[in-house]
Amino acid sequence: MTAATLNPRLQEIADDFNALDGQERLQLLLEFSQELPPLPARYAERRDLLEPVPECQSPLFLAAEVEPDATVHLFFDAPPEAPTTRGFAGILHAGLDGLNADEVLAIPAEFTSQLGLQDLVSPLRLRGMAAMLGRIKRQIRQQRS
Amino acid sequence: MTVTLPYDTAAKFAGYAHPEMIVSTEWVAEHLDDPGLVVAESDEDVLLYETGHVPGAVKLDWHTELNDPVTRDYVDGAGFSRLMSEKGISRDTTLVLYGDKNNWWAAYALWVCSLFGHPDLRLMDGGRAKWIAEDRPVTTEVPQRPQASYPVIDRDDKEIRAFQDQVLAHLGKPLIDVRSPGEYTGELLHMPDYPQEGALRGGHIPGAKSVPWARAAAEDATFRTRAELEAIYQGEAGLHPADDVIVYCRIGERSSHTWFVLHHLLGYPHVRNYDGSWTEWGNSVRAPITRGESP
Repeated sequence: MTAATLNPRLQEIADDFNALDGQERLQLLLEFSQELPPLPARYAERRDLLEPVPECQSPLFLAAEVEPDATVHLFFDAPPEAPTTRGFAGILHAGLDGLNADEVLAIPAEFTSQLGLQDLVSPLRLRGMAAMLGRIKRQIRQQRS
Repeated sequence: MTVTLPYDTAAKFAGYAHPEMIVSTEWVAEHLDDPGLVVAESDEDVLLYETGHVPGAVKLDWHTELNDPVTRDYVDGAGFSRLMSEKGISRDTTLVLYGDKNNWWAAYALWVCSLFGHPDLRLMDGGRAKWIAEDRPVTTEVPQRPQASYPVIDRDDKEIRAFQDQVLAHLGKPLIDVRSPGEYTGELLHMPDYPQEGALRGGHIPGAKSVPWARAAAEDATFRTRAELEAIYQGEAGLHPADDVIVYCRIGERSSHTWFVLHHLLGYPHVRNYDGSWTEWGNSVRAPITRGESP
């Protein structure tokens, strides 16, 4: 199986993960969870505007915004006691925020399997991350239609 | 030989059938530095330990460490010996387990350790959430415990573990489904656009009564008192202590929590956890299924 082509930013993240051994990969995921930016006030005060992602095993809410020039911005809310879910959100934020809509829509759903995390994190968890990406794409399509 | 650590004599625990299987956060705080004690954190979230844990606690990962990496099964005797030795746990260690989500995974780890008959296993009542709520110390420092020499013990799957064929032969006898009401009735499969993960069919094993695991937990994640537990499992669900009971959930983790309640807190001698649970049953060709609210 050949790996699907990723955009350069996601590819760099995948390369960073794959250059590390197991325990270090978890530490990198922890760093992504710590770097997830807090919600801006317009969402922090209106959490009902965020979409829940029930496929994640911990509470996770997200919103995708598409600017007139097609730039995508992403917003995530996950509690600190769910660091793995936060870490996934952090990866998606670092990898996708600021890309244009077509670039985000082109990301293959199976990119979660290219981070080298499948031996460390349960498959259901990784599917939660794929579900986040799926919901981001759907929100982007809705805003462009 | 290490001397056995004292039991927690808290009045609430004295009411349980096996008070030696449970300790409070106070007890753990008091005994943290005792030789012969190892505290282990077992979480659903693989990163939670890294964000901070009970000082001196080791991490025990249910997914990567207690499971066989290839076959859907637990580690064997040699694997368990290697794992315990690496963690600095000997056969005579008092092993106290705690974790997130009301101790689901800690109870699961305790159940797996019980398959190998580890002599002194205890669960920290209230788990990680209670320890943190009480502002007790946490650290990100990973302890370097000296390697121990844990013997190779054959895993005993007969007493507390049930396999699918045994559950089929058990139909008509007491079964407890500890999943959420929506999973029990099968309605979760009908949510539009949200495919249920892990099982092709929804519902429950015929005859299984629904007692969601959380009924056994108080607001602060601790176990309810013996009288409260008896009211639920004996009063409402109609179980009898002498019953041969099988408990199940989705993959066996939430049902480990209920297994602990029935076997250790209420003292039922014959309780088995069906770890194949719904991710096996709900995918099995011709396995009988009941939909709806009735057993």
